[in-house]
Amino acid sequence: MSYVAIKGGKAAIDGAAAATDYMRCMNAVDEPIKLSVIEDQLRLLTSRVVSEGGLYHPKLAALALKQFHGDTLEAAFALRAYRSTKPRLLETPLQDTSKMRCIRRISSAFKDIPGGQMLGATFDYALRLLRLDLANEDPAAFRLVAKNFLSNTPEADLPDSFPKVLDALRAEGLLPPVGAIREQAFDITRDSLVFPVPRSAALATMARAETGSLLAMAYSNMRGYGDVHPTVAELRVGYLPVMLPHPVTGELMEAGEVLMTECEVVAMYESGNAGDMPVFTLGYGACFGHNEVKAISMAILDRALQKGMRDGPDNPSEDPEFVLLHVDGVDSMGFASHYKMPHYVTFQSDMDRLRTTQGKVRKSGETA
Amino acid sequence: MNSNYELPLEDAGYSFGFLDEYAKKEVRRCILKAIAIPGYQTPYASREMPMGRGFGTGGLQITLSLIGVQDTLKVIDQGSDDSVNAVNLRQFVQLTCPGVDVTEKTEEASLLQSRHRIPEKPLTEAQILILQVPYPDALVVVEASEARRKIMHAEADYSRLLVKLYEDIVHFDEITISHRYPTRINGHYVIDPSPIPRWDVPKLHQSKALVLLGAGREKKIYAVPPYTLAEPLVFDDIAFRVEDFRDATGVRHACRCCGSTVSFLDEFSNDQGMVAYQCSDSAYCEEQQQTGSAA
Repeated sequence: MSYVAIKGGKAAIDGAAAATDYMRCMNAVDEPIKLSVIEDQLRLLTSRVVSEGGLYHPKLAALALKQFHGDTLEAAFALRAYRSTKPRLLETPLQDTSKMRCIRRISSAFKDIPGGQMLGATFDYALRLLRLDLANEDPAAFRLVAKNFLSNTPEADLPDSFPKVLDALRAEGLLPPVGAIREQAFDITRDSLVFPVPRSAALATMARAETGSLLAMAYSNMRGYGDVHPTVAELRVGYLPVMLPHPVTGELMEAGEVLMTECEVVAMYESGNAGDMPVFTLGYGACFGHNEVKAISMAILDRALQKGMRDGPDNPSEDPEFVLLHVDGVDSMGFASHYKMPHYVTFQSDMDRLRTTQGKVRKSGETA
Repeated sequence: MNSNYELPLEDAGYSFGFLDEYAKKEVRRCILKAIAIPGYQTPYASREMPMGRGFGTGGLQITLSLIGVQDTLKVIDQGSDDSVNAVNLRQFVQLTCPGVDVTEKTEEASLLQSRHRIPEKPLTEAQILILQVPYPDALVVVEASEARRKIMHAEADYSRLLVKLYEDIVHFDEITISHRYPTRINGHYVIDPSPIPRWDVPKLHQSKALVLLGAGREKKIYAVPPYTLAEPLVFDDIAFRVEDFRDATGVRHACRCCGSTVSFLDEFSNDQGMVAYQCSDSAYCEEQQQTGSAA
């Protein structure tokens, strides 16, 4: 029987909601997860959700992760829907990432950089051997980890900020000078993408894109469907002070700070305008939270898209429409899910066409 | 991360119609533009709704932007008021729009939101039909790039679509498009009328009701204003044909519930494994059963 032909849609939905909540709570000996546990111990998961949700609210992100059983797509989606209920009150001025309170910053372009390399917290050189001692972690030992780490780190070792690696390259004339900002930043939450779109629209779209989608597109470029050949000039993770104009005086004041990942890649040089010196080209990536793969992917795609916007795309990753319309997690997961909804009116119509066509083939077979 | 702030513990307190007032105003502006340029896909900053993209978020944003306490809303999916998705959308509107009436009766509704069907009962000038749209652009079957499609629309260049129809006839002796039948509005823009069956396409032509089409994921709104030409794309010598519900002997199937032989039917296997037919429009079917006026 079809599930539209019979009555009971409301009962079915209510039942599904109850079954779903049961799945979350079915092991009665478990403790309910505290939001702070998700936010702190699953910090990279929370990072992913604030970034893809396009809303810097780690607590709500943790709540969404709990509510949607750890599904990042659903959790980011819930943050976006929450965002829809809020008006846009203010546009921030440009934020200066050299003011970032870094927890990690590296450059793969130079052995040493002004301010020094700071590896910070990373799994990059961790052996991916399962640590079975974490299976039944002793709470006392758990607390000791933080205590020992902090007592062994002198405060003087932690500078407030680091200079940007790109500034040194720029001073040497290896990079194009920073141009004046010509255009108002495109706000993808207030305007839809009508192609061609400015670079700011591309950057905003990628900043809240789904990590896996962005990675797949960027990887295609890295492997050979493209030729960015990036070098990571600088990758930094840290807390960026958010400066907003004071509502009365208009003076910039620090409203808070957001955890961000920023990546700048330097790519193959090209000749500038006639008579200009050839210089390296740049790709830029940044996102909320700690998500290095996303920032690197975005930086590579930014570079690829700049080429595509200027010369026309030679590869999918250089095509603004192809990249920007297919990397949003909320859009793509929603549409993939919608195929689960009833489609029998359209399928009825499909059958009508196929039967009519089959009938004609049959008839022509009989007469032949 | 940085957590020295408290989470408000009471419910999030949503405003009437869920969306903030600026968002609703923007949607209404786009609707006006869409009506002024019949069939033109007006881009708008589609907001994320608390249900999946593809589940009717485009239609829902139109509904929420237009609805007021004086309105009566009907929501259907596959023709049925009780389909899971229709129930879900209706409940959401009831939750966020206190004071709004809902109905299952087509004639009682001032706003009708629908996925995949237009009600069998003719609509009136006092009604607005809001269709949910997955693919707003009829040209997408012949051109993948939106930028190029936009130029083709501007030039009313539908030659490649016509070639596709022609190739269908050459291959199959039939136009194979079953639903989402490309339809020319007011003599210029060709629209994707949403995945309604061909059965419903003629209802768009000179419709007394305003028809608004909303694609949330693709961020477009377009309209078929009242009393406007809506012509399915065909050739002079190949007629447009709706779904055929006749059996091999030429007898029209009837609805197993109300006996109607003039409605769009859903076909399915009953418990005995027999193929059965039933009206897709559940409100229509119920009325026929009550009045016994089935043709």
